Amino acid sequence: MSGTPSSPSRGHRPSAGPWRRLVRLGRPRATKANVLAASLAVLLGVGIATQVQLTQERGLSQLSQPDLVRVLDNISVRASRLDAQVRELEATRDRLRSGTGTTAEALAQAQKRVDTLGILAGTVAAKGPGMRMSISDPGNQVTGPLVLDLIQELRDAGAESIEIGGVRVVASSYVEDSGGRLSIDGKPVGRPVLVTAIGDPETLASAMMIPGGIVETIRQKGATATLSKQPTVEVTALHQPLTLTQATPVP
Amino acid sequence: MIPALGLLLGLALGLLLNPSVPLWLQPYLPIAIVAALDAVFGGVRAVLDGIFNDKVFVVSFLSNVVVAALIVFLGDQLGVGSQLSTGVVVVLGVRIFSNVASIRRHLFRA
Repeated sequence: MSGTPSSPSRGHRPSAGPWRRLVRLGRPRATKANVLAASLAVLLGVGIATQVQLTQERGLSQLSQPDLVRVLDNISVRASRLDAQVRELEATRDRLRSGTGTTAEALAQAQKRVDTLGILAGTVAAKGPGMRMSISDPGNQVTGPLVLDLIQELRDAGAESIEIGGVRVVASSYVEDSGGRLSIDGKPVGRPVLVTAIGDPETLASAMMIPGGIVETIRQKGATATLSKQPTVEVTALHQPLTLTQATPVP
Repeated sequence: MIPALGLLLGLALGLLLNPSVPLWLQPYLPIAIVAALDAVFGGVRAVLDGIFNDKVFVVSFLSNVVVAALIVFLGDQLGVGSQLSTGVVVVLGVRIFSNVASIRRHLFRA
């Protein structure tokens, strides 16, 4: 459709047709405002292109759905593991009840229990799959509460044994932070802070890397955390159990 | 014509250079772009109405962008950033549609 004024539908408009008006405006004029408008248009173009690319990049790196899938995966793996454990324990119980293997079986069970409790209480060294993390913190910005969050996050992710800066972290461990110096259970923790945890490497790593999680918090504080999943890590630091003076078990 | 060429040039520049948007600007850029588009369509409509003025266009473009960013900023500070962003986008979208409708009526008589 061109701006032919003879077109009957626009006979009531004596001035130039809208197309012609558009063309007239399109003619280059070297006025200051025109140059300004052109530069604004350039800015707008750059803005649109940038924003589109930003949105596309974000769509790729957001990964919220894969994260969810991984969480779901972890849960179902855990459920099946627990199921297997239930069956195993039931079999053990049946064996014990029937009395086929008597003393040896009970002894083996007791030893297994001692091992488990030793690892949990931090009185024996442990090894297994897990992760190592090194937090280099030149500004001493990683404070006690953050370390506490880190420990809690690791426990939530199913870490079975944790060592931070050469100190075994157990149920009674406490984190101190005075004047930028960290200590756990009264023992000083040097920097960079080295964290070793035994547990499912994937779960531990995703718990650390989750958006808004520990690694991001550390980065926001100006420190850097490097994390590596390991097929085998060793937690060798031991915790000295305190002698109980008051509590005794209920039989 | 020059502004249209400028727009194309800007798109090409943005695609080629792929500039990184600073973090503080990221929430405001999309809203600013929508506001600028509103100003552009308003400008085209003004041309067809025969009341276009370069100065008015430049000022309205800049003020649209600034006010939109300001509203988003204020919304962020008040904790209703996303809702306010949605509101701004809806309002600007309605305006763009009415401007486009007016342009269409001028150009195609339909």
